[in-house]
Amino acid sequence: MKKITIFAGHYGSGKTNLAVNAALALKRRHDSVILCDMDIVNPYFRTKDSEAILSEAGVRLISPRFANSNVDLPYLPAEVAAIFGGNYVSVIDVGGDDSGAIALGQYADRIKAVGYDMLLVLNARRYLTLEPTEAVEIMHEIESASSLRFTGLINNTNLGHESTAETVTQARNYMEAVSKETGLPLVATSYREDLSPALTPQDGVAWPIKIYEKPGWALY
Amino acid sequence: MADKVLMKGNEALAESAIRAGCRCFFGYPITPQTEVAAYMAKRMPQIGGTYLQAESEVAAINMVYGATSTGTRAMTSSSSPGISLKAEGISYLAGSDLPAVIINICRGGPGLGGIQPAQSDYNQATKGLAHGDFHILVLAPNGIQEMCDLVSDAFDLADTYRMPAMILGDGMLGQMMEPVALPEPHESKIAKPWATCGTDMKRKHNVINSLYIKPDELEKIVMDRYARYRHIEENEVRYEELMTEDADIVIVAYGASSRIARNAIMAARAEGIRVGMFRPITLWPYPKKALNRLADTAKAFLSVELSMGQMIDDVKLAINCRRPVYLANRTGGMVITPNEILAKIREIKGETL
Repeated sequence: MKKITIFAGHYGSGKTNLAVNAALALKRRHDSVILCDMDIVNPYFRTKDSEAILSEAGVRLISPRFANSNVDLPYLPAEVAAIFGGNYVSVIDVGGDDSGAIALGQYADRIKAVGYDMLLVLNARRYLTLEPTEAVEIMHEIESASSLRFTGLINNTNLGHESTAETVTQARNYMEAVSKETGLPLVATSYREDLSPALTPQDGVAWPIKIYEKPGWALY
Repeated sequence: MADKVLMKGNEALAESAIRAGCRCFFGYPITPQTEVAAYMAKRMPQIGGTYLQAESEVAAINMVYGATSTGTRAMTSSSSPGISLKAEGISYLAGSDLPAVIINICRGGPGLGGIQPAQSDYNQATKGLAHGDFHILVLAPNGIQEMCDLVSDAFDLADTYRMPAMILGDGMLGQMMEPVALPEPHESKIAKPWATCGTDMKRKHNVINSLYIKPDELEKIVMDRYARYRHIEENEVRYEELMTEDADIVIVAYGASSRIARNAIMAARAEGIRVGMFRPITLWPYPKKALNRLADTAKAFLSVELSMGQMIDDVKLAINCRRPVYLANRTGGMVITPNEILAKIREIKGETL
């Protein structure tokens, strides 16, 4: 277990929800867990929406100071430094694409010094990453913007409320292609906990996840 | 049909516009619609189209005016304050009988307001957008698939009737993701003999203009345009009904709030209260006749809005105030919950049923 685990990837690949799930899971094994929201690109659908659940579980949330307020200023608080010290293990939720990863880059040296995993979250059914080559391109753009290297892939393929077990397993060839092209291992396959995809060891760790923040307009 | 893909509302609007033949997009960033412009910036150069980030919303809408004058399918998008800035240009488009698609991903207002979802531009879109006697078509999707489908239709309707068409969404629809089946790319067959795209020395030159110094000329132009509007009101209304056949209370809601209302209706039905929903898809032309028919059987109506009671006036007009019309609403970027709607339904049941 590295001190810092980073979730990065394309817009809408599911980074934020995975980061919330990961932080809550980590809290069951570690006393001091931080979820650090570095998304200063998009003011909608962010970790701040899950603040109550996180705080109840005892996860410390560090997010842009004015997140979800009237002044959404694109800067990160000095408090981010907490992820490098003490007994904390941290999960970082990065903004989408390379533009979101720029905010991460300023901490690259310190992140490397304490040790990290950076996971590329992929959804094979997201329109601008339908081709493995498109996913690889975004990967390179994020690495270049953040000055950090990815260490693994996560298959988070889903179709929202129309997801089935097959939606998850149909992405196997896609993930294999990305893995082959990048040399990165597929470390986990995540899926809504009510689905039971038939996974094999090649899919990595099976990771059933909860969907936090089910809104009033949701169709499921 | 191709496999479904997962898309954000803003991306879906942009991609289906391209598939409907949009080749010019002029924009200016504003939350919560910025992804439309970001998407266009990436895709337009790949397909030989033009993406241009204008220096302001005012410039963007006038670039649309120029592009669409040549017969090219052109689009712009913004959110509430930006639409206000485009208003003058939209009036010029209407006055010059030019087609164009304008997207409003509405946020809380007035003024700079907020950045969270709202429906408080209803009156602006359907009634008071800008100066002069005119209408624009207003289409209100309530999901990502419908956003895809209506963008295509908006281009066709705009070309057919030579007038601007607006897709009125909100921050929620712009930002949320849902699975969609994208339409296949298609070419429009609608002829544009009026376009200023070169005479080839074979015809008299066309003129695109909204200035008429002689009042009798202008009056005739406006009257003719209104005859066209009447035709549209007769032929182009769209709506959807949900469990209205036996409904004592009919909720009227469009866009995002219709999704929330749907969940409230399910909860009310579980309690034995007969509630249904009438969802206008065209906000102009407003489906007055269809709504008025429901007043024959329903005992009360409930307008559910993310605004301070704007559409409620159209509901009252449509049913000629034959039944009481109530309001359940939040505004300023606050999103009403199914429970808040359910509480209002229970209150109406106590008062009316």
